[in-house]
Amino acid sequence: MRTKMILLGCVSLLGLLSVQCFADHKTKDSSNHAKVDPGNAGLTLPAGFHAQAIAENLGAARHIAVTPKGDIYVKISSGKPGNAIAVLHDDNGKMDVKTFGTYRGTGIAIKDGYLYASSDEDVFRYKLDDQFQVINKDQPEKIITGLINRRQHESKSIALDNDGNIYVNIGAYSNSCQVQDRAKGSKGIPGCPIRDSAAGIWQFRADKANQTYGDGSKFATGLRNVVGLDWNNQSNHLFVMQHGRDGLFDMWPEYYSLEQGNELPAECMYKLNKGDDAGWPYIYYDGIQNKKMLAPEYGGDGKKTGGENAIDPVAAFPAHMAPNGLLFYTGNQFPAKYKNGAFIAFHGSWNRQKGQKGYLVAFVPFKDGMPSGKWEVFADGFAGIKDIQSPGQAQHRPCGLAQGPDGSLYVTDDVKGTVYKITYNGK
Amino acid sequence: MKKWMLVGVVCGLWTMAAAQTKKPAAAGSSAVRGKKVYEQYCLACHQIDGSGVPRMNPPLIKTSYVLGEKEPLINVVLKGMDASVPIDDEYYSNNMPPHAFLKDQEIADVLTYVRSNFGNKASAVTPAEVKAVREKK
Ligand code: HEC
Repeated sequence: MRTKMILLGCVSLLGLLSVQCFADHKTKDSSNHAKVDPGNAGLTLPAGFHAQAIAENLGAARHIAVTPKGDIYVKISSGKPGNAIAVLHDDNGKMDVKTFGTYRGTGIAIKDGYLYASSDEDVFRYKLDDQFQVINKDQPEKIITGLINRRQHESKSIALDNDGNIYVNIGAYSNSCQVQDRAKGSKGIPGCPIRDSAAGIWQFRADKANQTYGDGSKFATGLRNVVGLDWNNQSNHLFVMQHGRDGLFDMWPEYYSLEQGNELPAECMYKLNKGDDAGWPYIYYDGIQNKKMLAPEYGGDGKKTGGENAIDPVAAFPAHMAPNGLLFYTGNQFPAKYKNGAFIAFHGSWNRQKGQKGYLVAFVPFKDGMPSGKWEVFADGFAGIKDIQSPGQAQHRPCGLAQGPDGSLYVTDDVKGTVYKITYNGK
Repeated sequence: MKKWMLVGVVCGLWTMAAAQTKKPAAAGSSAVRGKKVYEQYCLACHQIDGSGVPRMNPPLIKTSYVLGEKEPLINVVLKGMDASVPIDDEYYSNNMPPHAFLKDQEIADVLTYVRSNFGNKASAVTPAEVKAVREKK
């Protein structure tokens, strides 16, 4: 009874709040469409950049895609009927939000007249009309089906190249391929069998119905879990962000201190060629020593190196920050240094101890298809608090990234479902 | 009116004090030891405040497991959990490993700690109860 009353109270409060937000939004938008939020929607940005929350309370807003007309498709990871994809259409300053589809999942992309979206097992596509609107919302074509989903690392993120291929992440349903997942001291399974059907990027045709493992090919292996990935049109390569392994200190305190567990391994960016192996679960990348290290499950002790045949990352970031979105910026709105560089949405860590890290959008400059400088924080303040002890305290967590036709950058948040639009005017 | 409230408060305090003296610090010191166990074996996933990680590791705040029957609760710790069933209407993507390597006393302590912290108010778990569940298999 009491909880019910409290709940009721909360719900009505939320109701009031959202009515308030809506009201604010409407007046703001209708009075002057181009006006920016002086508070930058709570974000901190480099000088001359501005942020605006263009939608709120969408639910678990994961990846995002923007059409050449400026309509925005957001993949919502929700099992609620009719709530798989949100379409945001700016109707003369008033944001019109509609939803359709019923499946959880993260991936969404637009390519050659189709909208692609993924559940945690399948990939669908929807034909777009000449206004880039979905023609038949209730009958997508299922192009890929039956991909492994054992709850852990379930996101089937997607990216497309210019030759009619689609790349799908199939994350490892395990932390480090132990006999007993995440158990203290449990050894790695020899010849890790998870790599046969997961822990990599699979390549399929973008236009063929009902493909499954046998119809596609393993493009790259040894990747524990990739949520953010993007095709780089400059170098014609797939780039991916790997979520590095957890638990070096928790499970192997004989080899690692709490601090080492916090700082290892690096979150890595890889540039992939067909057949590449990034080494999971046998190795991890130590971003402090810049070395591939043998995993303790496979005989490592924090000192032995390994992975002679595994590729090296092209960029390494602090541990556990959970890179969920990757976007190569090709627009002309932002200053020249951003052109062709990579934006990365870090969802924020949960398994650091004594203070979490991430919850920001980072930037890495690129030249000729390779990183050309150190990474930097681009947008911060999503969490709404300074000293984050546990991820539940974060009011927003960045997840997906997209570029609008005018070169604006869009960022999703999967806590409350806010969509941020970041613009540059130099002022 | 005021007077009666005062009497009420005093009575309340007195019964609490009495209850505490009756049960010699057992539950209290068990929870203190349990905090240590929690920090070493549970905190990384369930977090310092028991709030868990949204959609990944469930909270230990007033969940039906934490406040409910002791046997299923003890079994979660002994056997771990990788069910694809929702916990209080939410799905969690991570796996919880078995912690059968912990001693009966340690499991009793950590569950007593969990059941009396993070806003939970439930009775202590004893080593005998853990032993009984462990022997059932
Ligand atoms: C590796 C991460 C991890 C560790 C370490 C861990 N848990 Fe869990 N725990 C989980 C996950 C994930 C679930 C839910 C699994 C599922 O949905 O099938 C869970 C479920 C539970 C539940 C039942 C669900 C609920 O929310 O009430 C309890 C109780 C619990 N854990 C207590 C503990 C205790 C006590 C410890 C330490 C002895 C511990 N856990 C250690 C990840 C972990």
